[in-house]
Amino acid sequence: MNYRIDDRGYYGDFGGAYIPEMLYPNVEELRTKYLDIIALPEFKAEFDSLMKDYVGRPSPLFLAQRLSEKYGAQIYLKREDLNHTGAHKINNTIGQIILAEKLGKKRIIAETGAGQHGVATATVCALKGLECVVYMGEVDIERQAPNVARMKMMGAKVVPATSGSKTLKDATNEAMRDWINNPEDTHYIIGSVVGPHPYPEMVSKFQSIISEETKKQLIEHTGNDQPNYVLACVGGGSNAMGMFYHFLDDENVKLIAAEAAGLGVNSGHSAATSALGKEGVLHGSRTILMQTNDGQVVEPYSISAGLDYPGIGPQHAHLHKVKRVEYVSITDDEAMQASLLLAKMEGIIPAIESAHALAQLEKMTFKKDDVVVVCLSGRGDKDLDTFMKYFNL
Amino acid sequence: MNRLKKLFTEKKENILSIYYTAGYPEIGATLKIAQALEKAGADFLEIGFPYSDPVADGPTIQHSSQVSIENGMTLKVLFQQLKDLRPQVSIPILLMGYVNPMLQYGVANFCKDVAEAGVDGIIVPDLPLYEYEELYKDEFIKNGLSNIFLVTPNTSEERIRKIDELSTGFIYLLSSSATTGKDLDQSDKISKYYERVKAMNLKNPLIIGFGISDKASFDRANKYVDGAIMGTAFVKTIGNKEDYLSHIPEFIGKIKGV
Repeated sequence: MNYRIDDRGYYGDFGGAYIPEMLYPNVEELRTKYLDIIALPEFKAEFDSLMKDYVGRPSPLFLAQRLSEKYGAQIYLKREDLNHTGAHKINNTIGQIILAEKLGKKRIIAETGAGQHGVATATVCALKGLECVVYMGEVDIERQAPNVARMKMMGAKVVPATSGSKTLKDATNEAMRDWINNPEDTHYIIGSVVGPHPYPEMVSKFQSIISEETKKQLIEHTGNDQPNYVLACVGGGSNAMGMFYHFLDDENVKLIAAEAAGLGVNSGHSAATSALGKEGVLHGSRTILMQTNDGQVVEPYSISAGLDYPGIGPQHAHLHKVKRVEYVSITDDEAMQASLLLAKMEGIIPAIESAHALAQLEKMTFKKDDVVVVCLSGRGDKDLDTFMKYFNL
Repeated sequence: MNRLKKLFTEKKENILSIYYTAGYPEIGATLKIAQALEKAGADFLEIGFPYSDPVADGPTIQHSSQVSIENGMTLKVLFQQLKDLRPQVSIPILLMGYVNPMLQYGVANFCKDVAEAGVDGIIVPDLPLYEYEELYKDEFIKNGLSNIFLVTPNTSEERIRKIDELSTGFIYLLSSSATTGKDLDQSDKISKYYERVKAMNLKNPLIIGFGISDKASFDRANKYVDGAIMGTAFVKTIGNKEDYLSHIPEFIGKIKGV
């Protein structure tokens, strides 16, 4: 089975570039140039150097002893939470900012939901001295004040998206409209494995450093680069794609992706796209998305703003359809309990997004020698407000 | 003969097309506006079917789409309205909207029902050339529907030739690379772009859209091509449920200079 992109820009039935003609030259420029640029020795040298000295990679693969005892397996955490800016998002923005520079772009735009990708974009723009405009839903700006302040401190302009539901999908629409109106000098740094081809493939390549390191680290820890299970959470799906990337063809490795069920898959307040979605087109690619029978996009819900997206990346849609990856649903409550458990048992406060992957451990049965890797995609500092309210801290 | 082809055979200049969103400002407005526009002298209509996430549109058309959805507009409702409308309105009608609602309806069913409702062509801004040709072209042709493509100042000559080859109605020339509702770009660069495309001697007529908001911009577009499309400026004038029909004769009259 082929899990990779074909030369038309599709993963099986999903992908493509469903964009208005106004965006065609921009996307075409990217499509025809990005592979050559990222293969340049100077690109690789700069990417590797920034990953090491600026981001702090490789991120550790940590054997969580007490969690392992509790679940009766060898539980490893891939510590993306220890990256600069606190999540995996920076892996992609470092790659794209070097690319944007090589393309001669002067202005960077991005969308953000919780603000993690916005912060990671503002960070690399400050690093490179490039103008940065971040679109963020009006509702999210209110919910995520500290991240808005971080972006502003680093010189980014945060523009409220006031259309539609005023959250992530609308911020993405606004960023696309900005790109339509500024086609020549602007690069759009999409934050997940979504969007028109070649974005999903490009972002997953930049995030694939997660599984590349994990394989090497597993050999050091266990002598074998093939774990039994790999788990990650999925909103758009970028940390999961990075975590799965180098394991896709290892058919004996079980890959599990945790989606946000919100108040419950069938509660009407959920973001469990693979359970609730149907095939269609969202933000430039053919994928699975939550929508009405008439094809209007449905507003998702999750307690974690980073999983609050009505679609999944096209490669996830493909991996779901061909059953290479198992997609499971985790409720708000399950994720919150898993956050608390990790804090109490390992002294690590995870992002609520990442806690969705941890919560799946409760539902599995393991053999004692099973090796399990969970992608801890981000740290929980940004969620303290939510934790305080939820647990009455 | 397809009504659109007939129009372009009979009329070669100053063709005026008006865009409006179906079901706005009230669900039953679709028919009434079409009648009023034909009576006032519009040459053809572009009726928008609403989508929750219209990325090519500015705030005015986004708002009209949202109101239309809240008013209960769906493709099923729209097709019934169009069936009722067709015997009473004889100018060409195009549908404009985004690809996802069309996919949910099913492309084959969509094309069949659109044709049965008396629609002459479709404009889907986020259905690009490649996907159209590979996946959907046959259904459009089978049902005698014109598919209208957009061309921007940044579209290459090679791609314009390809678009001309696949087009069966007209080519929708964007006045700039922009979302709907921006001011008209009057720079030399844009004039040269109109002249460049015109000099290509394409088989399809050229109609300019985006940024056409009044008589001056309409006349300017018509110095170069066969006609122009107005959307945002018109949608702005019909926002009031109480008296939207009464503004239509004056709006069209001003553009046509009568």
